[in-house]
Parts: sequence; C-alpha cells; structure tokens
Amino acid sequence: MIENRPIITLISHVTLILGVAIIAFPIWVTFVAATHDAVRMVQVPLPLWPGDQFFENLEQAVVRGIAGGGDLGVGMMLLNSLAMAMMIAVGKIAISLLSAFAIVYFKFPFRMGFFWLIFITLMLPVEVRIIPTFEVVANLNMLNTYWGLSIPLIASATATFMFRQTFLTIPDELLEAARIDGAGPMRFFKDILLPMSRTNIAALFVILFIYGWNQYLWPLLVTTEQDMYTVVMAIKQMLETAEQAPEWNIIMMTTLLAMMPPVLVVIFMQKLFVKGLTETEK
Amino acid sequence: MLKRVHFGPSVLPFLLVAPQIIITIVFFVWPASQALYQSLLIQDAFGLRTEFVWFENFEVLFDDEHYLGTFQRTVVFSVLVASISMGFSLILAAMADRVIKGAMAYRTLLIWPYAVAPVVAGALWVFMLDPTLGIVTYGLAAMGYEWNHKLNGVEAMTLVVIAAAWKQVAYNFLFFLAGMQSIPKSLIEAAAIDGAGPIRRFWTIIFPLISPTTFFLMVVNIVYAFFETFGIVHAITQGGPAKSTEILVYKVFNDGFVGLDLGGSAAQSVILMAMVIALTVVQFRYIEKKVEY
Repeated sequence: MIENRPIITLISHVTLILGVAIIAFPIWVTFVAATHDAVRMVQVPLPLWPGDQFFENLEQAVVRGIAGGGDLGVGMMLLNSLAMAMMIAVGKIAISLLSAFAIVYFKFPFRMGFFWLIFITLMLPVEVRIIPTFEVVANLNMLNTYWGLSIPLIASATATFMFRQTFLTIPDELLEAARIDGAGPMRFFKDILLPMSRTNIAALFVILFIYGWNQYLWPLLVTTEQDMYTVVMAIKQMLETAEQAPEWNIIMMTTLLAMMPPVLVVIFMQKLFVKGLTETEK
Repeated sequence: MLKRVHFGPSVLPFLLVAPQIIITIVFFVWPASQALYQSLLIQDAFGLRTEFVWFENFEVLFDDEHYLGTFQRTVVFSVLVASISMGFSLILAAMADRVIKGAMAYRTLLIWPYAVAPVVAGALWVFMLDPTLGIVTYGLAAMGYEWNHKLNGVEAMTLVVIAAAWKQVAYNFLFFLAGMQSIPKSLIEAAAIDGAGPIRRFWTIIFPLISPTTFFLMVVNIVYAFFETFGIVHAITQGGPAKSTEILVYKVFNDGFVGLDLGGSAAQSVILMAMVIALTVVQFRYIEKKVEY
C-alpha cells in the first residue's frame, strides 16, 4: 500500500463487488430457473429466489430430457462431452510432446520444414475451413464417431511451441549425463524430459480440457445421430424447441450441467489454469 | 533452436513427428488447399457440373452488398466486443491491483466465465432477455422500454455484443492484472512522493507501462470476436433479424451448409484465412519487439 486512503479503498471494493455481481448475475438467474417447476417458469415476472424443484429437474434433465427432444436425457451427452474433451486434451499433449522432442533433440532432414508445417495449423482455425474438413472426415467414414469428433482438432501448434520452449530451458548436461549412463533417446524422454515437464503438462491439460469440452461447431457438423451428441450442442437444440414449449427449468438445468465441469476445473485448478493460459498464448 | 547436444539422424525423429504431421496434412493442409481450389470453381445447383472460373467467386463477393455489409458488421461487432470487454476488465483490474484484502477471492470470482462455452453464454443471456419471459426484459419494461431482439436488429446486435464481451472479461482481467502487478512498486511510490494522486498515477505510469499487454489483448480480442463467437450468434439470433447479426464466420457456415453455395463459401473461407494469417503475423511481430517506452 502506497498511501492510506480509506475512501479510495472502499470505492475499489464497491466497484469490484459490483463487477462480480454483473458477471455472476446470469448464473444466478440460471440457477434459480433450474430450481422451479415448469408452471412457475412461464409466469411473468420470473423468480429471483430459488425454489424446491432442483433434484426433480436434475433427474428429468439427466434421464429423460425435454419433451420433443427425442426423449434423450443429457446423461449420455455428458459422457460424450467428457470422452471428446479427454481425447482432445490427451491427444494434443501426446503428439505435441513427441514432435517437440524430435524438433529440439534430433538433427534430421526437413526438420525446419516440419516445424513450419506444424506452425501453419496455428493459422487455420476450424471455423475457416469447415466444409473441406467435413468432407475429409466424411470420406474417412469418421462421422458419428469419437475419432471424428476429436482427431481433426488435436493437431496443435501452440502446444508444440510450449513444449519446445520448455525443452530448450532444460540444461544440456542432463542429456550428457544420461548418455554417459547409457540411456537411449526414448529412455531420456521418459525418465528425464517427461518428469521435468510435469507442471507444464498439467497446466496445458486444464486449458485443453476446457477447449475440448466447449467445442460446438465441429460436433454440430460431424454428429447426426442423437447418441453421439455433446451436451453443449444439446443446449442449442433445446433453445429451438423452447419456441413452442418453453421448459426453461429443464433447459437451464442442462445449461448448468454443461458449464459446471469446465468451470469447476478453472476454480479448483486456478493456479494451473493461469499458468496454462499465460504460457500458451505467448 | 536445436540443442547443442543432440541425437544424430535416424528413423526415430521421423516416427516422433509422424502423428502430428499426418494429422496436420490430412485435416489442415489438404482441406485448406481444397478450400483454395473450390473458391475458384462454380458448381451448378444440382452438383452435376463444375466450372473453373478463376476469381469470379471473389468478384461476386466484393460486388455483393450483403457481403460487404457483413464485413462492416463484423468490424463494428469486433470493435464493440473488444472495447467493452477490455474497458470493463481494465477498471476491475486497476481496482483489484489496489486492494490487498481479498484480491485473490475477486480473481476467482471474475475468471470463471472463461470456461463457459460461447453457445452456453448465448443461452444464459437469451434467457435473461427473452422478449416475453426474460427477467431483464421485465425490468426494462418497468422502466418503460420495450425490448424485443427478435424484431429489432439493433437490440439483437446489442445482446450478441454483451454476451460475447461478458465471456471475454475473465481473460482480459487476468492479463491486465498480471501486467499491473509486474510494474515495480518503486515507480509508483516515487510518483506518490512527487504528489501524484491515484488517477494521475494510473494514466501517467500504470497505463503506459501495460501498453504491451493492452496491444496483445487487442489482437486476441479481435481474433476472438471474429472466429470464436459463432456459438453465441447461432444460439441467440441465427444471424437475424433480417441478417442484422450475421457476422463473417456465421455467413461462411450459413452459405456453405444451409445455402449450399460451395464456391462462394470457399471464397469466404479463403478471405478469412488471409485475415487470420495477417493477425497472426501482427501478433508475432509484436512478440519480437514489444511495444515499449
């Protein structure tokens, strides 16, 4: 503290509390909506205080879903989202670790060529090449599979760069020592590089899990069968049916379920999250 | 970037980069080149005949006032999202930088919207502002304002901008706060001794010193508004009413998958790719030589 000005400190706190309130208000409204029954949710004004239907709504959302939604609960979709997020996060980390290892520790022909090829992926987000990528996946018969959901998204320049950066800070003496002890490249990778990159891997995992869980456009394109839908996609479809039969209590319960896993990851792994965010973006 | 101590040539490094390279070629390079090629073709309505037309698709696009309108709208949208979100986060970060008690608690309470998917953010806001049921609509009606984003284009745009900015506040706040906390306290103390008040110190010391962060965030926010807001638009307005919220990414999807105009959609993809490449280059040049005073 540079100077003691109680009034300014008070203003700071009030501003921050207001800011937090503005940011959190949508979630409060959603939570309240998920605790009332359908009848209450069509009477204006809507409630601002929680009701007692939370568990009934939870059960209906997970097991049965909304009317007109094909009687499909979001239980299956939550599992699909989890599978997709895990495959994307683990896949990205695995292939990026391997390619960063090759680029930093081996001298081989086309090394820089490969590096630039990986760099290109940074410039091509899925949104700008959706139709041709969709055609490739369709031709490979990967529509409506977990592979189709995850593999096209797992090539990653940012993760490769981050591991490259990490490896470059590891002292050369470690490799010399490992060599003297007779360790081959893969042994060195497994026993020295992997343990030394542990926190980086964990931080990246947090970011990539959120990225994978929140994918929307891609699952929307590659899944046509209901049992492959992800929960994030389900929300949009529920919003469409809301035009005819607004079951806002169930829709908002689904919304809560869709955002809880990544939000909890951010809150409980805040340190890793902040580390991952600041290191992948730079 | 190669280690001084390294392994010699063998098959192993090729095997190690193979998964990454194969996926990049199959799902990135090949589709992107297809988009380039398709952007030079016109296909008839039944998909029976395709004709190579050079740059006609691009000419059509740039003569199309709908497309130019979409372009303009995307720019307005991005500038609004970036400035609202960054302004709001800058104020909060400046306040959080001042307080000692509870700074971490505030951070926790402000960063979680980062984890909310764009389409989910859309659902949250569309529910609060539903023309018949929404709680905020009710509040606005009590104040004498009729809100209906399903009919009014300006209101639809406002809603999409708010939802997009809301989601991005977390990210901006985190980077602004980190930037402010890395400023040496001695500078601020020296200014305080010279008699500069908190506001004066903010504008003459803190704000200039975080300019690299501000610039970085500007690029990131524009990229976000351009490419990652598809879910928000799709959930809230589907580009309507009367295309008033149709941004470039939404139009690529809509023309390609709904309108089945493959050539036109591919040409739009190519333009978007050029824009991403330009933005990435700006971002990387900035990292090379940071903006400093």
